[in-house]
Amino acid sequence: MIQTFFNVEIIAAAWPIVLSGLLNTVLLSLIVVPLGLFGGLILALLASVKSPWVRWPLMAWVDFFRAFPPLVLLILLFAGLPFAGLELGGFACVAIAFFLNTGSYYGEIFRAGIESVPQGQVEAGRSTGLSRLQAMGYIVLPQAVRNVLPDLLSNTLEVVKLTSLGSVVAVPELLYQARQAQSLTYNPTPIVVAAVIYFLMLWPLVRLLSRLENRALAGRR
Amino acid sequence: MTPQPIVDARAIHKHFGALHVLKGVDLKVAERELVFVIGPSGSGKSTLLRCLNRLEEPSSGSIVVDGIDMLDPRTDINHARQRIGMVFQSFNLYPHMTALGNVTLALRKVAGKSRAEADALGHAALERVGLADRAEHTPGQLSGGQQQRVAIARSIALEPRVMLFDEPTSALDPELVGSVLAVMRSLRESGMTMIVVSHEMGFARNAADRVVFMDDGLIVEQGPPAAIFETPAHERTRAFIGQIQRH
Repeated sequence: MIQTFFNVEIIAAAWPIVLSGLLNTVLLSLIVVPLGLFGGLILALLASVKSPWVRWPLMAWVDFFRAFPPLVLLILLFAGLPFAGLELGGFACVAIAFFLNTGSYYGEIFRAGIESVPQGQVEAGRSTGLSRLQAMGYIVLPQAVRNVLPDLLSNTLEVVKLTSLGSVVAVPELLYQARQAQSLTYNPTPIVVAAVIYFLMLWPLVRLLSRLENRALAGRR
Repeated sequence: MTPQPIVDARAIHKHFGALHVLKGVDLKVAERELVFVIGPSGSGKSTLLRCLNRLEEPSSGSIVVDGIDMLDPRTDINHARQRIGMVFQSFNLYPHMTALGNVTLALRKVAGKSRAEADALGHAALERVGLADRAEHTPGQLSGGQQQRVAIARSIALEPRVMLFDEPTSALDPELVGSVLAVMRSLRESGMTMIVVSHEMGFARNAADRVVFMDDGLIVEQGPPAAIFETPAHERTRAFIGQIQRH
C-alpha cells in the first residue's frame, strides 16, 4: 500500500518536476489574485456610478461571468482565440479567464463592502471638502475592505485552488506536473504529493479565515 | 442685521420624488450670528441645513455663502465646503482613524498642509474642544460626547466661516449633552457664525440671537428667542413650543 501511494523512491525521482509545478502554481496565484482584486475593485467602483448606462452593462457583465463555468471559459479562450488569430498560450488564457471570472466575484465582495459603510461617512468627508474619489479612497474603501476581509480571503482561497484548472490547457502548474510525473513513473505517488502540498499550502489560510470569521462574529455580538 | 449676510438662501425648494420638502425658504444669516432652527420632525429643517453646503441638491432657489454662489456649476464645491463646517447627529467620525487622523484628513488632502502642519493644527483644534489628551484614541474608545467634540474639532480645524449643526446632541446620553453645548458656547463666544438645528431649548434661549420656526417646508415665523418662546405669533408655533416644553 505504502509502496503504491507513498513510494519514497518515486517521491525522490518526481520531486524536481513536482517542485517546478509548485513554483508555477505560486507564480500563477501571484498573478491571478492581484489581477482579480484589481478587476473587482474597478467593477465595484463602477457600480457606485448611478447612471443606467454604466449600471446595466455592468450588471450583465458580472452576472455573465459569475454564471459561466470557469473551466468552460478557459477552454473556450484556449481553443477559440487561435481561430480569431490570437495565439496566447495557456498561461495568458488562465490569466484572462481568471481576471474575468474571479474579478466578478471579487467585484461583488467589494461592492457589498462599500455598501456596508454608512452614507454618513461619505457626507462627513464631503462636508470637509474631500472629492468623491478622495472620500472613497481615504474613508470608504479602508472600512469596506476591513468589513469583507473574511470574504476576500475565502474567495482568494478558491482562486488558488482553481489555478489547478491550468492543467487542462497545459500550464505546468502543480497538478499538471504531478500528472506528468505520474505517467512517467506509472505510480500515483506524485498525485498524493501534490495533494499534500496543496493542503499544506492552503491550511494556514483556512485557519486564518476561521479566526477572521470568528472575530467578525464576535464583533457583531 | 448687517447689509451683507454671510449666508443668503432664497426661495429654496426641494423635492424628493413626489415629496415637496422645502416650499420656498428664505434664510439670511449675518456674520457672528447664532441662528436656531426648530420645528417638528419632517418640517424640512435638516434638509434646509444640508442644502446650504449642497449635501442635498436644492430643486430650485439660490444660495450664496460668504460671497460664493453655491449652486453655480462653475463653483469649486470642494473648495467652498471648507468654509462651511458641518456637525452631524451621529458624529460620523471615521472609525478606522484616530481622533487626530479624523481632524487632519481634510487639512492634508484638501487644504494641502504637510503632515507636520496638519498635526499641529489638529492638536490645536482638539485642544479647543478639550480633548488634547485624546488625540491618539480611536472613536470606539471615546464617549459619545467626546466623539461629537472631535467632530466639531474636525470642522473648526479648517477655519470655516460658518458652522452648521444638525441635531448635534440628539444622539447623546443626557449627561454628555452639557460638554458638547459648552464647546458650542465657546465657539459662539469666539465669534463663529452658527446655524443650529436642535431641540435644546435651554441653549437656544440663552445663546441664540434668533430662533426660526419651520413647519411643513416653510418658515412660519422667526425672531429673538424670548419672543418666539414667550409670545409666538402663530398657533402652530405655540402648539410646538408647548409640546416641547411639556417634556
